[in-house]
Amino acid sequence: MAVTRRGVPPDVAYDVTVIGAGVVGTAVARELARHVGLRVALVEAADDVGEGTSKANTAILHTGFDAVPGSLESRLVREGQRLLTAYAAESGIPVEPVGALLVAWDGEQLAALPGLLEKAERNGYPAARLLGPAEVRAREPHLGPGALGALDVPGESVICPWTTTLAYATQAVRSGVDLLLNCRVEAVSQAGESHLLSTSRGPLRTRYLVNAAGLHADTVDRLLGHDAFTVTPRRGQLIVYDKLARDLVRHILLPVPTALGKGVLVAPTVYGNVLLGPTAEELDDKTATGTTAEGIAALREKGHRILPELHDEEITAVYAGLRAATDQDDYRISAHKEQRYVTVGGIRSTGLTASLAIAAHVTELLAGTGLDLPEPHDPEPVRMPNIGEAFPRPYQRADLIAADPAYGEIVCHCERVTRGEIRDALAAAVPPGSPDGLRRRTRARGGRCQGFYCGAEVRELYERGAEMGTG
Amino acid sequence: MRRERIVDVLVVGAGPAGLATAAGLAASGVGEVEVVDRERQAGGIPRHCLHGGFGRLGMTGPQYAERCVAAAVGTGAVLRTGVSVTAWAAPLTVDTTSPRGLERITARAVVLATGARERPRAARLVPGTRPAGVYTTGELQQAADLHRQRIGTRAVVVGAEPVSFTALDTLRRAGVAVAALVTEHPRHQARPARALDARLRHKVPLLTDATVVELVGRGRLSGVGLRHRDGRTAHVACDTVVFTGDFVPDHELARRAGLLLDPGTRGPAVDGAFRTDGRGVFAVGNVLHAAEPARAVAREGTLAAEAVRRYLSDGDWPSAAVRLRVAAPLAWIAPNRLTPDDPTGAFTLRTTEFLARPTLVITQDGRTLHRTRARRPAVPNRPFRVAGDWTGRVDVRGGAVRIALG
Ligand SMILES: Cc1cc2nc3c(=O)[nH]c(=O)nc-3n(C[C@H](O)[C@H](O)[C@H](O)COP(=O)(O)OP(=O)(O)OC[C@H]3O[C@@H](n4cnc5c(N)ncnc54)[C@H](O)[C@@H]3O)c2cc1C
Ligand SMILES: Cc1cc2nc3c(=O)[nH]c(=O)nc-3n(C[C@H](O)[C@H](O)[C@H](O)COP(=O)(O)OP(=O)(O)OC[C@H]3O[C@@H](n4cnc5c(N)ncnc54)[C@H](O)[C@@H]3O)c2cc1C
Repeated sequence: MAVTRRGVPPDVAYDVTVIGAGVVGTAVARELARHVGLRVALVEAADDVGEGTSKANTAILHTGFDAVPGSLESRLVREGQRLLTAYAAESGIPVEPVGALLVAWDGEQLAALPGLLEKAERNGYPAARLLGPAEVRAREPHLGPGALGALDVPGESVICPWTTTLAYATQAVRSGVDLLLNCRVEAVSQAGESHLLSTSRGPLRTRYLVNAAGLHADTVDRLLGHDAFTVTPRRGQLIVYDKLARDLVRHILLPVPTALGKGVLVAPTVYGNVLLGPTAEELDDKTATGTTAEGIAALREKGHRILPELHDEEITAVYAGLRAATDQDDYRISAHKEQRYVTVGGIRSTGLTASLAIAAHVTELLAGTGLDLPEPHDPEPVRMPNIGEAFPRPYQRADLIAADPAYGEIVCHCERVTRGEIRDALAAAVPPGSPDGLRRRTRARGGRCQGFYCGAEVRELYERGAEMGTG
Repeated sequence: MRRERIVDVLVVGAGPAGLATAAGLAASGVGEVEVVDRERQAGGIPRHCLHGGFGRLGMTGPQYAERCVAAAVGTGAVLRTGVSVTAWAAPLTVDTTSPRGLERITARAVVLATGARERPRAARLVPGTRPAGVYTTGELQQAADLHRQRIGTRAVVVGAEPVSFTALDTLRRAGVAVAALVTEHPRHQARPARALDARLRHKVPLLTDATVVELVGRGRLSGVGLRHRDGRTAHVACDTVVFTGDFVPDHELARRAGLLLDPGTRGPAVDGAFRTDGRGVFAVGNVLHAAEPARAVAREGTLAAEAVRRYLSDGDWPSAAVRLRVAAPLAWIAPNRLTPDDPTGAFTLRTTEFLARPTLVITQDGRTLHRTRARRPAVPNRPFRVAGDWTGRVDVRGGAVRIALG
């Protein structure tokens, strides 16, 4: 097990190196690790896995019912949904199959629903159906006035994006992948049969290369001489409402897509909150993950129309993520045989769902470029700590507390995170690189008080844990 | 499995309010009185207020907390810390978690004394990046004074009410320079001597009519954006920002119980005897009205103890109640339900604007019940009070009682 945050990369020739430890890169690394015998490195510029787009999305496990039929994205989302659903059940990744309603609020939207139903069928999703206004209201009693009908998509689920990325990374690392954090790839040159990567931690040699650099996939692609696409960040700002708002909404309430984009949704989260967003803003700054007063105001206005009672609920968090849009309505995955190189670009707004299918696809492409893949083995299953509310959390489990009282010692009161969970996260195969990383693993200080009660204590635990030399 | 237990009174929260209630009850010999608190140490917020000014003698917070604990334990109340109440199993039965396991505690009366906290940055919808170095006063006090953590070098304090000035003290102790106090109000809301001391002796500029509209910085905060009422904007460089005040009751248990809440205070609605609309469930302290000085909530605790004791002996619970509603610029009033056998104590109010000796007009169904001129100006974020000598004129079968400015 090797996770390192500093020092020069090991002086070995890796068979494959994956650039970028987002949900896509970690999935690829995990998939490669199934082929025992391959030496795989996963290099990441940030100090933790999932620090890019993968930590800030709407956390929906899509059916792909509304993808562009026939696109690569459509296929990978559909396959990915099936794969991730099974994987989540095995690994303890929180998933809640709440289903989605695409609610029509005006005549135009209502008229669009049959077309969407038909599109869903063309995408191989036969379970959708149309609902009348009375049925919509019965299903969502707190909905604002004026809902004319809906498309019911029962297969849509909410999932924990953080645990997903972490499960992949954990399994990869446990299967022998070297995870190099704080390791930005700055240049790529060729040395015989190898790529020589110049990284912020020193040189790294690898025979095959996978570019899963998310927003920077175009930059990395150019390091290898390709100029096939440009990533344009499309910002999505989101608001997380308090857990006390959770009873207001039962399904993922999707807007009916219009010419102006996919629009704003209201959805439960697996942590028991309510999520509102995202906005869609074309930017040119790939670091612009800040929120804006205008964005928040626009979201609240929309959200309060969909679910008026949200207005009286407290807000727990506000954040923004950047989608990696390109000039095509599809993923930009391509293999460059002569370079022993695969680009995984343009993984727009569905990458979480599609991650496992993307990983399988990329591995196939690698084989096509000549990589010798040993027989795949099913890796040792991982069992991730549960941070979802639909399943018993440690503070609710008498058995766990009896065996280890640290699971009865609540440190973060709003999210009911125990000292035992924090300790476990700090000692895990992929330990957090910051208090924020600890939050994504445990939810510690992610609740309504944002640290008023527990902030100092959590920081103390983090710093002590980090001192014990986990990274 | 959950261990099931029965007590006479369960007090949730061992802050000044809960401890005073427990002390009063145990002293009057009502049976088994148990106080639980989720923190490892009892005492509530004063535990981490290292400054003086608590109680009549001006003790430090920790000294005051210790006194409250000693008083409760000394009268025979059972105090258990590290015990979180996590849910309700029945109207007078709660579930708890502690390192010793899970319990289900049933009581004849439950007192919610769960306190209040400051709204953090997110809840105040301050946009920008999400850097480190962002605090509430509560977190700052714990980080600097209890855990001796490094805070930063230069801070902006958001707010200019009494708690904001205690944040200044904490920052000073932690060796952090203060770039400015920022308030959206036209004036600070603390005692004049306090504000003068900050400005003259410690050279802390006070920026009035100004709002923090953006946080800037990656990884660590590098500054905040301000907007003045007249539209001017400015950037203040700092690596720390403390969001003070803007208190909100910790009402989770009250809400999960389905208790009626007051839209102004956001805490459970109670009458003058601290009775909620749930039979046998009382609420006291800052969960009713964030945030009052510790002495005031301790006094409430003593009164609440008497009310609980009465209930335990006669079993009476009001069936009718009239709501009290305020009109802007008043923000809330507490207590905010009137019941027929209510003791006629004083009411606490909050305003959102400075008012020079406002006249309060209290009406019900168009009938004027009372008209009174305040003896002092009303200041935002500071309590002002009105006596309850008019409550006898309220028709308990009538509509809501309205409190407005005349
Ligand atoms: C607002 C929003 C909502 C979304 N909603 C959903 C949803 O509901 N469901 C869903 O399935 N998907 C959703 N997505 C999409 C999903 O989040 C992304 O598709 C997915 O996270 C992309 O993962 P990634 O691994 O490609 O990118 P990232 O997570 O960004 O990972 C790329 C990594 O590469 C690293 N990197 C970059 N350059 C270098 C370099 N030179 N050297 C080393 N490392 C480098 C970065 O630091 C980063 O960690 C949403 C996205 C957004 C923004
Ligand atoms: C930052 C700050 C500074 C202050 N400075 C001053 C000052 O200088 N002078 C002054 O007079 N007043 C000051 N105050 C106000 C004073 O602290 C409060 O008036 C007083 O603490 C309120 O007492 P309380 O008992 O209502 O609530 P708290 O003191 O807040 O106590 C509530 C208790 O309930 C517990 N609790 C909550 N939920 C649960 C649960 N589910 N299970 C178990 N336990 C639970 C909490 O752990 C806490 O200990 C300050 C307040 C703050 C926030």
